[in-house]
Amino acid sequence: MYVSTKWLENYVDTKGIAPADLAEKITRAGIEVDTIIDRSEGLTNIVVGHVESCEKHPEADKLNICQVNIGEETVQIICGAPNVAAGQNIIAALPGAKLPGGIKIKKAKLRGEVSNGMICSLQELGVEGKTVAKAYAEGIYVLPADAKPGTDALSFLGLDDVILEFDLTPNRSDALSMLGVAYEVGAILSEDVKLPKIEYTASNEKAEDVLTLKVEAKEDNPMYVAKVVKNLKVAESPLWLQNYLMAAGVRPHNNVVDITNFVLLEYGQPLHAFDYDRLATKEIVVRHAVEGEKMTTLDDVERTLHADQLVITNGKEPVALAGVMGGANSEVHDGTTTVVIESAYFAPASVRKTSKDVGLRSDASTRFEKGVDPNRVAEAAERAAQLMAELAGGEVLAGSVQFDELDKESVRILLSPDYVNQRLGMKIPMDEMVSILGRLQIPVEAANGQLVVDAPTRRQDLRIREDLIEEIARLYGYDEIPMTLPIGESVPGGLNSFQEKRRLVRRFMESAGLYQAITYSLTSRAESQSFALETAPVTELLMPMSEDRSILRQSLLPHLLDATTYNVARRIDTVSLYETGSVFLGTQEDGLPKEVGHVAAVITGKWVDHAWQQENKKVDFFVMKGIVEGLMDTLGLTDKVTYAKATHDGLHPGRTADILLDGAVVGVLGQLHPTEQKKHDLKETYVMEMNLAMLLAESAEALVYAQVPRYPSMSRDIALVVSKDEAAGSLMDIIQEAGGKLLKDVAVFDLYEGDKVEEGTKSLAFSLTYFDPERTLTDEEVVTRHDKVLAALKEKSGAVLRG
Amino acid sequence: MEQQLEQLKQEALQKIEAAASVKELNDVRVAYLGKKGPITDLLKGMGKLPADERPKMGALVNVVRETVTTSLEEKMELLEQQAVNEKLEKETIDISLPGRPVKLGNHHPLTRVVEEIEDFFISMGYEVAEGPEVEQDYYNFEALNLPKGHPARDMQDSFYITEDVLLRTHTSPVQARTMASKKGEPIKIICPGKVYRRDSDDATHSHQFTQIEGLVVGEDIRMSDLKGTLALFAKKMFGEEREIRLRPSFFPFTEPSVEMDISCFKCGGSGCNVCKKTGWIEILGAGMVHPNVLKMAGYDPEVFTGFAFGMGPERIAMLKYGVEDIRHFFTNDMRFLSQFNRTEV
Ligand SMILES: [Zn+2]
Repeated sequence: MYVSTKWLENYVDTKGIAPADLAEKITRAGIEVDTIIDRSEGLTNIVVGHVESCEKHPEADKLNICQVNIGEETVQIICGAPNVAAGQNIIAALPGAKLPGGIKIKKAKLRGEVSNGMICSLQELGVEGKTVAKAYAEGIYVLPADAKPGTDALSFLGLDDVILEFDLTPNRSDALSMLGVAYEVGAILSEDVKLPKIEYTASNEKAEDVLTLKVEAKEDNPMYVAKVVKNLKVAESPLWLQNYLMAAGVRPHNNVVDITNFVLLEYGQPLHAFDYDRLATKEIVVRHAVEGEKMTTLDDVERTLHADQLVITNGKEPVALAGVMGGANSEVHDGTTTVVIESAYFAPASVRKTSKDVGLRSDASTRFEKGVDPNRVAEAAERAAQLMAELAGGEVLAGSVQFDELDKESVRILLSPDYVNQRLGMKIPMDEMVSILGRLQIPVEAANGQLVVDAPTRRQDLRIREDLIEEIARLYGYDEIPMTLPIGESVPGGLNSFQEKRRLVRRFMESAGLYQAITYSLTSRAESQSFALETAPVTELLMPMSEDRSILRQSLLPHLLDATTYNVARRIDTVSLYETGSVFLGTQEDGLPKEVGHVAAVITGKWVDHAWQQENKKVDFFVMKGIVEGLMDTLGLTDKVTYAKATHDGLHPGRTADILLDGAVVGVLGQLHPTEQKKHDLKETYVMEMNLAMLLAESAEALVYAQVPRYPSMSRDIALVVSKDEAAGSLMDIIQEAGGKLLKDVAVFDLYEGDKVEEGTKSLAFSLTYFDPERTLTDEEVVTRHDKVLAALKEKSGAVLRG
Repeated sequence: MEQQLEQLKQEALQKIEAAASVKELNDVRVAYLGKKGPITDLLKGMGKLPADERPKMGALVNVVRETVTTSLEEKMELLEQQAVNEKLEKETIDISLPGRPVKLGNHHPLTRVVEEIEDFFISMGYEVAEGPEVEQDYYNFEALNLPKGHPARDMQDSFYITEDVLLRTHTSPVQARTMASKKGEPIKIICPGKVYRRDSDDATHSHQFTQIEGLVVGEDIRMSDLKGTLALFAKKMFGEEREIRLRPSFFPFTEPSVEMDISCFKCGGSGCNVCKKTGWIEILGAGMVHPNVLKMAGYDPEVFTGFAFGMGPERIAMLKYGVEDIRHFFTNDMRFLSQFNRTEV
């Protein structure tokens, strides 16, 4: 909503407050002023000129030599506009003038002829092209005959104005009109609102003599008022009216159309003017469209209508799409002499749906959608009739043709001042509350310590006590509200165990060298199920904005890999990212997908990179496994976790493991399949993804310290030659079992696969630590135990001691 | 003999003084104190002396021997020290070379902001509540005083899955769910999470972003409590000198509704590019819980009142760290992420 401060002054005295200060007051009171547009900013030395003569430039086809009377003198100005002519009053920018965009006007010579300035179009003065009347859209602007040469053209054009652009919240549709704004500003400044005086002499002929009305859709159209104006002359509107429309961002057309737009902006009540003669039937019937019925709207588009759309008809065919747009067949034109002014209340939901369905949003439909003021429907029609009499020489027929079943009652709200103060935490006196509501022109009476408030119909946002509390508080000033904290039992806050452990997971991953990533949940169909840990139906958007973001992810890895590729493509060779987030699986009973928290990681490039000491190490499977092991240790789950060789789509078949918690798969870790690596333009890359919900649901055991050993432990190393397929893990299991209670620890310290061992075999070396917390072990005890371990190894895996 | 002894001492001390290495010094030791050295010889020759001179001479010889030995030891220590110093000199390294990097990652800047906000409110007695990102229309809209067909639904064009299920457009449904499950108990929660809106991604819009909302419900919760809480929060988050101001606004689920500005943390209020010359920066929306919302969740609005507030960690991170494009948060460029690795205090 553009509010011209010059226009606003007609309805409320702003006491000369600077526009910027007024904007600040309005913003602080509740309606945000987004921008302040000073229309005369940067404009100087621009006057009214009268073109005495206009001749073709002898040297240039497209230029005209004009002698222009600028008051005291007549000067020569060269003008290239096609529509310049002798006898016109024009806008002359004289030498020294400044125009928007930093243009300065100087005395100049054009093809040998002196030019003492420039004849301007409105656009050259910074007026938006789409608000300039079509007649002047492509050339200079022609001023009316009464413009006096030499006077300031800016005030004549109403450009000595500052516009406040309101950013209205959906509840404040009352401010979609100049009068609504005047009520608001009046309340802020404690000033009265001056309403327009509607006075005209009606003809003896009555509207009902020439027009009948039938409303067949009372729910969607509870009120319809039609007035008839005869013998008017369609012409250009007076400049003041055009100026106001342009200030509001509306293009002037002709006096009849301009008047309907002016009243729409003034009252917030959309009007429509029909050419009475083109209606042809002397009848208006409001009904729902017949399914498939066709009509051509003002924008020359033929539209096929639906049965839920409300139309205005002449009893035979539609002449307007109610509240959205008029029809071409009944449009006012230059030769129109009699018009029907329509002012109606169309149900918000109906207009909202129709305007959405046909894809048309207009100044009219946006106001109907929010609900116009029931008490101003008839008045707006009278206001338009008055202006048509004054500005178009029309003869207004007496009375109107009306259908009216609209509820016009205001809403009564009882409010106790204690309630207000209790809710606000303030002590505003009752008479102060009465005074504030009075400033807002909201009828209020104080009775028995209660306020009886009748919320006016123009303020449809006022329905309950809290709405009034807001009115009182915002005008009393939010700065006056004290600062307190909630009183009452104070309870300790905190994270639940899942949240706490999720933070722990993040901190661990970061201490392990991974950066936290956040990627999009929406992905493409192709990637939605890649790397998913479980198979479940996908969750798909009804109307995606693009295929790339049409389905909810079932794994965090695809987007993490995309991020890795993004980095590698920018020559960041080492990438280490992790993410915690939800995946979306299937549909539960409540219609929602199961959302499961996951953690995933991707590493590629060098893990150790300390170049000047020649220490470089590429990432490998065991770096990622180390991260997983460290995480499990942090979560106290090490004893419950095992790893099993596995194959997964997209992962290297020989370098992939399932991660199991108490025997159930909780995740996967492995190398990205070389084909996938190629697809993503990545070198060797390792990934991991786990079901975080499962991991964190498992509780760690209580942490009780184990006594620091008082007796020494004893170590024995063994080197074994085993088949290449033998897993170190199963050998360690055998050792653990045979070692029994005395074996405290077993660790791999060497792996050899080369020509020093027989083909098809490898050598694995383990370090075994024996220990008894109660005493020092004897050599004999250790030897006996160790021999049992060796025997078990030989028996169960065919392992041979390496010579 | 006395003279001979004195000469011997002087000679030995000079040689000790002159010795330049441990080896030379050892040679001196053998030469003078060894079994075949002159001092031993002198001691051996004592038998030829008259008996009454022997003790005197014996004492003298011992003094000389001790003097030489002490001197030898002192010199030896000095030489050893020198040898160590020489060795250390050779071991000198270039300490200007870079150290071995410690491999560390860090929080995403949004997590950093969210955790900072969470921790402040936890210290004020709030719990952290979370809910599903795919929501029922009921919790996302209807329970929040946004019935189907409500014009304010236009404010948040949403991604629907079915007619009744959508990607949540704000974290407010977590408030609705919490109220429904607490069944009349007082509430103090903070709700962080991902939300989704039908926006084309550009420098200031993202179809996925983060929100963090708060809700307090109890008997006699006042608007002044909201203001006091937010003022404390602003100081904690943006600096002790921050002032706040409330401006009226509109949200369907609160009445009255406000927007909160803080005095600009860059210019302190005098006006700069961060605050667009106004001295104030809009940080969050808030309000008193609408009676309809309370009623729908089973709270009697005559007894219970509450306040709610909500903000965007992206916006806060953009303001705090000067990030100019919201897409940076989701691109996961290592050169961006790795900048958020240090403390600000
Ligand atoms: Zn600033």
